[in-house]
Amino acid sequence: MRIGRRGFFKIAAVTAGAAGAASASAALPHAEGTDTPGVLVDTTLCVGCRACEAACAEKNALPAPPASDDVMKQRRDTAPQVFTVVNRAEKEDGTVRFAKKQCMHCLAPGCASACPVRAMDKTPAGPVVYDPSKCMGCRYCMIACPFDVPKYEYDSWKPRVRKCGFCADRQAKGLKPACTEVCPSGALTFGHRAELIELAKTRIYTNPGKYVPHVFGEHEAGGTSWLYITDVDLEKLALRTDVPEKDIPSLVSGALGAPPFVMTLWPPLLMGLYAFSRRRDTVEGDAQENAKEDRHG
Amino acid sequence: MASAQAGAAVAAHPSFVREKILLGMSVREYVRSCCTPANAVAAAILVVGVPILVYRFIAGLGATTALSQTAPWGLWIGFDMMTGIALAAGGFTIGATVQLFGLKAYHPIERPAILTAFLGYVMAVIGLLADLGRPWNIVMAIFNYGTASALFEVAWCVMCYTTVLLLEFTVPVFEWLGWKKLHSVMRNALIGLTVLSVMFSTMHQSALGSLFLLAPTKLHPLWYTPYIFVFFFISAIIAGISMVIVESMLSHRAFHSQVAGQHVDIDKLTLGLGKAGALVMFAYFFLKLQGVIDGHAWGYLATGYGAWFLVEIVGFVLVPALLFAYGSRNGNVTLVRVAAVMGVLSIILNRLNVSIVAFNWNQPVRYVPSVSEVIVSITLVTIGVLAFRWIVNRMPILREDPRFAEGHH
Repeated sequence: MRIGRRGFFKIAAVTAGAAGAASASAALPHAEGTDTPGVLVDTTLCVGCRACEAACAEKNALPAPPASDDVMKQRRDTAPQVFTVVNRAEKEDGTVRFAKKQCMHCLAPGCASACPVRAMDKTPAGPVVYDPSKCMGCRYCMIACPFDVPKYEYDSWKPRVRKCGFCADRQAKGLKPACTEVCPSGALTFGHRAELIELAKTRIYTNPGKYVPHVFGEHEAGGTSWLYITDVDLEKLALRTDVPEKDIPSLVSGALGAPPFVMTLWPPLLMGLYAFSRRRDTVEGDAQENAKEDRHG
Repeated sequence: MASAQAGAAVAAHPSFVREKILLGMSVREYVRSCCTPANAVAAAILVVGVPILVYRFIAGLGATTALSQTAPWGLWIGFDMMTGIALAAGGFTIGATVQLFGLKAYHPIERPAILTAFLGYVMAVIGLLADLGRPWNIVMAIFNYGTASALFEVAWCVMCYTTVLLLEFTVPVFEWLGWKKLHSVMRNALIGLTVLSVMFSTMHQSALGSLFLLAPTKLHPLWYTPYIFVFFFISAIIAGISMVIVESMLSHRAFHSQVAGQHVDIDKLTLGLGKAGALVMFAYFFLKLQGVIDGHAWGYLATGYGAWFLVEIVGFVLVPALLFAYGSRNGNVTLVRVAAVMGVLSIILNRLNVSIVAFNWNQPVRYVPSVSEVIVSITLVTIGVLAFRWIVNRMPILREDPRFAEGHH
C-alpha cells in the first residue's frame, strides 16, 4: 500500500469533514438566560409543617410522608419515592430552622450534560426532566449532580432515576409547583428567577444582620432555579454547599473539544509514519539488492 | 475407483468439527482431555458466577450489588470497565508498533495482543450490560445524541473500537477457516484498521478519564485534575505494554507446544518493550507529580489518602519505571517481567482508586463491593481467559498458518 500526496489530502479532507460535523453538533446546554422560573426558599420563614412534602407526594403519586414530626430528628435525604424532604437544625440561641431539599434545577445542569442519551434533559421552559423510556441506567447523572439529588430504584428490575421534576406539567398549564402552592408560611416564593434574586437581596439588605449575606443558588453550579436565603449554615440543613461556582458542563467541555482534533490529526500523521517506515524498508531493500548485484557484476 | 477417490477426499478433508473444534480428537477423547485441575477451578467459578449474573437481571442491582444512592458506580464499572479497557490497550499499542511504525520484529506478539484487546472489550461490554439498570435501552445511544457527555464519547468509542477489533481479529479467523480471498482482503485492510484503532483508543482511553472531570467535589483532590484524561491515555499505554509482556510470558509457557520450533526471541522483544515501558512510566510519574502541583494538593499528602496516593505513584509507578529501565539496560528479562506485572497492578490500582477508593472520599457511607459483584468480575475474567485459550489452541494466534505466511506484508 502506497500513499501519494493526493492520498494524504484525501484522508485529511475526509477526517476534517467528520471532525467538523462532530464539533458542530457538540453544542453545550447553555444557561437559558435569567428569565426562567425559580423558587426562593427563605429558611427564616419556614415553620417545618412539611405540607410541601405531602403536596409533592400527592402530585407525583408517591407514598405519603410520615405523619409524625419525629422524622425530623434525623437528617434525611431525598429517595426514589421521596422527591423533597424538610430538614431541621437548631441555632446557637435555640431557635429552630428548617430547609426543604429537592432538585435545584440548575441553569446548566450537570446531570443533563452527563446523560449520553438525553433521557435527563433541561426543557426550554426551565425544569430538568427525566424520560425513563430513553434511559439506559448508567447512573452518570448521579455522579454528575453536585447536590446529590438524583436517586435510583436499585430494587427494581427496570429501575428509573427519580427526582423532582419542578412540576413541569403544572407549570405548562400556568400553575405553580405543588409544594409552593401549599406553603402556608411564605417560605416558598415561586416566580421569575431574576425577580426572586432581587427579592432575596432586598430581604437581606433591608434586614441588616438577619441573614447570611449570600443568595445560595445565584452562582452555585453556574446558577440554579431554586434559591435559598438563610441565617444558619445550609450545610447544617443537609444541603450540599461544597459546590463549584463554575457550571458543571463547562468542566468537561475542554476535554470534549479534543476528539475533532484527534479525528483530524491522527489519521494523516499515522499514515505519514507508515509511509516513512515503508520508504525506509524500500530503501534498505534497494540497498541490499544493489549490494547483491554489485557482487554478481 | 470412485470410492477410492472419495476415500482420498475424506482423508484430505477430514471432518470440520473434529479438526477445527475438537483439535483432531473424538468427542470422548476431547472431553477427557478437558478434565484438568485448571478446568475444574474454571468450571467451579462459572457454576457459581453465571447464575449470579442471571439472577442480577431477574432481581435487579439492589439484590446483587452493594451500590447505593451515594455510590452509583461500583466494581463492575471500576474494574470490569475502567480496568478491562485499560488492560486492552496492548491491541492498539502493538498494532501501531508493527503496522504503522514498521517495527516488524514485534509481529509475533501482535495477534495475541489484538486478541487480548478484543476479548477485554467484549468482557467489558458484558460487565457494562450487567451494570446498566436498563441494558435493553443501550441502543438509545445510537439514536440520541448527548454530545455534551464524556460518556457519549465513551459509548461510541466502545461501539466503534470493538468493531475494529473484531475486524482485525478476522485475519487469523479466516486463516483458521482457510478462506483465502476474505483473508487477503482483511489483511490489506489491516493498515487502515490499525489507524482507526489508534484513533478510537486515543479518544476512548482518555474519555474514560474525562468521565470524572465533572465531579471535582467528589473525587479526592490528589486524583482529580483537569488533565485526568491525559493521565488515563498515558497510563493506558503503560497498561498495554505491561500486559503484552505479562501475556507473552504466560502464553509462551502455557502454549509451549505451539511456539516450539519458532525462531522468535521473546526475551529480546521483552527487553525492547521494557525500554518503552520505562520511558512512558517515567513520563507518567512526572505528570502525576505535576497534577499534584497544579491542584495545590500537597497538603493532602500528609493524610491517609496521601499515603495511599504515594503507594500508587511511588510503589507502583516510580519503582516499576526504575525496574523497567534497569532491567532493559542490563538485559535482565526477569526484572522487566517483574516490572510489567507491577505495571499491570499499577493501572488496576489507579482505576480502582479513581472510580471507587478516592471517589466520594468525603461521604460518611463508604462503598465496599458485595460478594456477588466480586464473583461476577472473577467470572468475566475467567470467561475471557477460557476464550483466549480456546482460540489460541485452534487459530493461528501465537504462530502464523504456514499456508498463509508471506513474510513481511
